[in-house]
Amino acid sequence: MNDDVQRLPVVTDQDVVRVRQLVRTVAVAVKLSLVDQTKLVTAASELARNTLVYGGGGEAEVSRVHNDRRAGIRIVFADQGPGIADLDLALTDGYTTGGGLGLGLSGARRLVDEFEIDTEPGKGTTITVVKWCR
Amino acid sequence: MERVPVLKIGEILLVSIQIDMEDQVALQLQEDLAERIVATGVRGVIIDISALDIVDSFVGRTLATIASVSRVLDAETVVVGMRPAVAITLVELGLSLPGIRTALNVDLGIAMLARQDEDIDLLGDEDDTDQVAEPTP
Repeated sequence: MNDDVQRLPVVTDQDVVRVRQLVRTVAVAVKLSLVDQTKLVTAASELARNTLVYGGGGEAEVSRVHNDRRAGIRIVFADQGPGIADLDLALTDGYTTGGGLGLGLSGARRLVDEFEIDTEPGKGTTITVVKWCR
Repeated sequence: MERVPVLKIGEILLVSIQIDMEDQVALQLQEDLAERIVATGVRGVIIDISALDIVDSFVGRTLATIASVSRVLDAETVVVGMRPAVAITLVELGLSLPGIRTALNVDLGIAMLARQDEDIDLLGDEDDTDQVAEPTP
């Protein structure tokens, strides 16, 4: 069950900033703690940059979610880029194909409560993360 | 594109990042700082990140690169003002910022730079012992 779905394109550097700002706004609205807001916005920044740099651009979808116990935020990053051939390797700390630190994907996973990757070489990548209020 | 101002105060370059930086803005800051270090000959750089509500791996890497580049140019960098939630998140992200010196605020950052370079009057205060005596007419 969810409501308030907001979508943003992720095509430029400036879009990555907009994703951060939207996630921050929604994180405050669902009353995540300050540390959890910071973790989620940081994870969103890493994943939005991945969508831009590795996926060749795509879209971010931010929604408020709740189950019977808690409220939370779900963010979906989707691109139609080259996909990830070796997911285990891509999730290894320090592995990078883009000249970065190799912490974006593995680090983002540590910062959220739920993390799901759907990827296929040649078809693109969709990453879904959820952070719940404690 | 926005630009982060670099201020020279005494023998220090002071940068206070007040905006949510696009990646290009962070790279521009890296270049601007290297140029200003060479142009001014300062020995210390302070980067105030107290206004930043996140530091992701890109900004973290940029700070590390700035610190390395300034060291090669004979200047020490101190990153000051990191928020507690940012510190917790950075460590969990896996970024421990090796090679970056940190201090809690600008004052402590200046003190840190002053200690490591005691011969140099970082704030440019007059100090008789450092002055070359002018010949009296």
